[in-house]
Amino acid sequence: MNKTLIIIGREFSTRVRKKSFLVLTLVVPVLMAGFYAFLMWMLLKDDTQERKIAVINRSELQSPLERINNTVFEYVDTVVAEEEVSDFLKQSDYYAVVWISEAVMEQPEVPVYSFSQVPMELKNEIASQLRKMIEDIKRATVIEEAQVPELEEKLAASQTPVQVRTLKVSEETGEAKESSSEIASALGVIAGMVIYLFIFMYASQVMKGVIEEKTNRIIEVLVSSVKPFQFLLGKIVGVAAVGLVQFLIWVVCGVVLIVAMQAFFLPGLDLDALRQAGSTFSDIGGTQLTGEQLAIVQKLAMTIEPFFMLKFLAAFLFYFIGGYLLYASLFAAIGAAVDNETDSQQFLTPLSIVLVLGLYIGFAAMKSPESPLVFWSSLIPFTSPIVMLVRMPFGVPGWELLCSLLLLVASFIFFTWLSGRIYRVGILMYGKKVTWKELYKWLKY
Amino acid sequence: MSFFVAQNIIKNYAGHRALDDVSIEIPQGAVYGLLGPNGAGKTSLIRIITQITGPDSGKLFFKGRPLVPEDMNRIGYLPEERGLYKKMKVGEQAVYLARLKGMSRRDAIRQLKAWFEKFGIQEWWERKVEELSKGMAQKVQFITTVLHEPEMLIFDEPFSGFDPINVELLKKEILALREKGTTIIFSTHNMASVEEICSHIALINKSRKIIEGPINQIRNKYANNTYRLICKPVTGMEFRQLVGPEYEILSDKSEDGLHEVVLQCLEDCPANALLRRLLDDAEVISYQQIIPGMNDIFIKLVKEGNIILNE
Repeated sequence: MNKTLIIIGREFSTRVRKKSFLVLTLVVPVLMAGFYAFLMWMLLKDDTQERKIAVINRSELQSPLERINNTVFEYVDTVVAEEEVSDFLKQSDYYAVVWISEAVMEQPEVPVYSFSQVPMELKNEIASQLRKMIEDIKRATVIEEAQVPELEEKLAASQTPVQVRTLKVSEETGEAKESSSEIASALGVIAGMVIYLFIFMYASQVMKGVIEEKTNRIIEVLVSSVKPFQFLLGKIVGVAAVGLVQFLIWVVCGVVLIVAMQAFFLPGLDLDALRQAGSTFSDIGGTQLTGEQLAIVQKLAMTIEPFFMLKFLAAFLFYFIGGYLLYASLFAAIGAAVDNETDSQQFLTPLSIVLVLGLYIGFAAMKSPESPLVFWSSLIPFTSPIVMLVRMPFGVPGWELLCSLLLLVASFIFFTWLSGRIYRVGILMYGKKVTWKELYKWLKY
Repeated sequence: MSFFVAQNIIKNYAGHRALDDVSIEIPQGAVYGLLGPNGAGKTSLIRIITQITGPDSGKLFFKGRPLVPEDMNRIGYLPEERGLYKKMKVGEQAVYLARLKGMSRRDAIRQLKAWFEKFGIQEWWERKVEELSKGMAQKVQFITTVLHEPEMLIFDEPFSGFDPINVELLKKEILALREKGTTIIFSTHNMASVEEICSHIALINKSRKIIEGPINQIRNKYANNTYRLICKPVTGMEFRQLVGPEYEILSDKSEDGLHEVVLQCLEDCPANALLRRLLDDAEVISYQQIIPGMNDIFIKLVKEGNIILNE
């Protein structure tokens, strides 16, 4: 036991002191912060680009387009045919040309010519302004023709904007809670991807370590001091510790950065108050957010409900460790079976396929969390660490979660034992191309 | 009492028997040479002694009681295929290996410093292993093998890759360890060094032990009554007539009137009788029994063994 600790210590300290570890540990939070800042900026920014757009209006509409943020519309009288648009744009400093034909009322098709890609927002805004104007005119005509008293008011009253709220009902308490499926599934997928990356990164580190010890022949000295299985265990745990430390640093940095970012971008926004406010659209903290932006932030705040997050984090850690242990021991067996990393491909490919499959099923689970494929792969240990985490935000019955966890534990115990047997033989087998058949024989030594 | 005993060891690998009913006994304080051609099963036997692998059947005794995993700390092993972590610092790595043998960090550092000084490599403590020359790395490996003062040491081809100066240094250290009473198992192809430092040997060929015992007994056993006579004839008498019927002349080389004759004694005949016959007609310079070298015994036994096995 004492020796295992010494091994864990070496595996941990040599890796943590590597420059690559330091760089990765510091770069990822910076990237995370950058990404988050980018998202916030995208969410909150106004279109600040100053544009001038020429409008050739041949219709009866009276100046149908008005200023949108920093985009101004100028009505030009010159007649520009489609072939001449390029020349026209070159000669003037217009960003784009909007062509409103005479028949726009009957054939509402409005081309916008520009040298650059017109932003979605701008396009939608033009469309909605035109639509509103045309609709108003048409409605006015209808109302006039119908000769019904107070028709306009009645029509206005008939407008009913429907708001859909998704509420998740807890199976145990029957309590319904506001939830946001988009954000929930995003959370699950992100967690699944993190697990996928960690398994690949750290399990292959174990494999690399095993190959290194085998190729530089230190392993024979080591196993004359400790049992091979004990050594393997120390190695796997040591590398896991590196992964956990790195992950914790990321979480802490991430939380600090996100909180700082929120204070910077959304000053005076109280997340707790938002959470308590529920679905009511009260204006909180006097920010200048539009209703839509506020709704998004509110959804975020509600999804990050403390109890669920705690449960999710616990499950994440469990799947993270369990999945890693399962794959790491198999990767170690592969490392022991081969002489160098190039030879490892033939054994690595099936494992990688299963792991990648897990990730893809995880993506599929985001769309249909109840499908049989998703259900089974969230129980099968090779894919469950990824798929189950994607499923979790949609609500998973307790027994399924328990079943999946137990299966994972049982299988990593079994596969660690199996890998230990291959490892024991493989590390002392030099200069031999190993086949699957041979690996099977090693199990029986 | 034998220090280490292996009884009826059998070890199979897929479709191949690496050790077939091999038993050896290593006396306390012996330098025990484990000889045999490549692929004979030496390394398999060593891996069983060091508990890296287990035998399929057979028993192992350490100081009279069954071998247990804790004995790993009392055994030092320098494998033939040996290496170190390239990216680790020399001192740190040596401490790590020592701690895996059960030493405390403080003891390990103190003793390592002493050994490093002895071998003149103190300034390498903070360097990475990849910067070391091969010979330097071997010195570090040797130190880490003997550092925890094991009661039994196992060297598998210890001199391969060493330059002659380091071979001498290593031999000196091995002999010093023998003086201290450490039991040493020594596996090698280098028969000259076997004769020089081994007290006992065992020869393994084709997974079987062929012979075992104190080296002098074995050499004497294969001394088949041949003698080398160097003399200067004075009278011109024929040797055949001089030596008498009990002796057969196997070879006769002469250079500058000096003859080197190899004789085989066919019947029991004391050396004095032969010499008396020679004295009047030749000036005897030397007369000695030919004791075969380990090299000859090795080749002879392996060849014979192969013939027997082939039949």
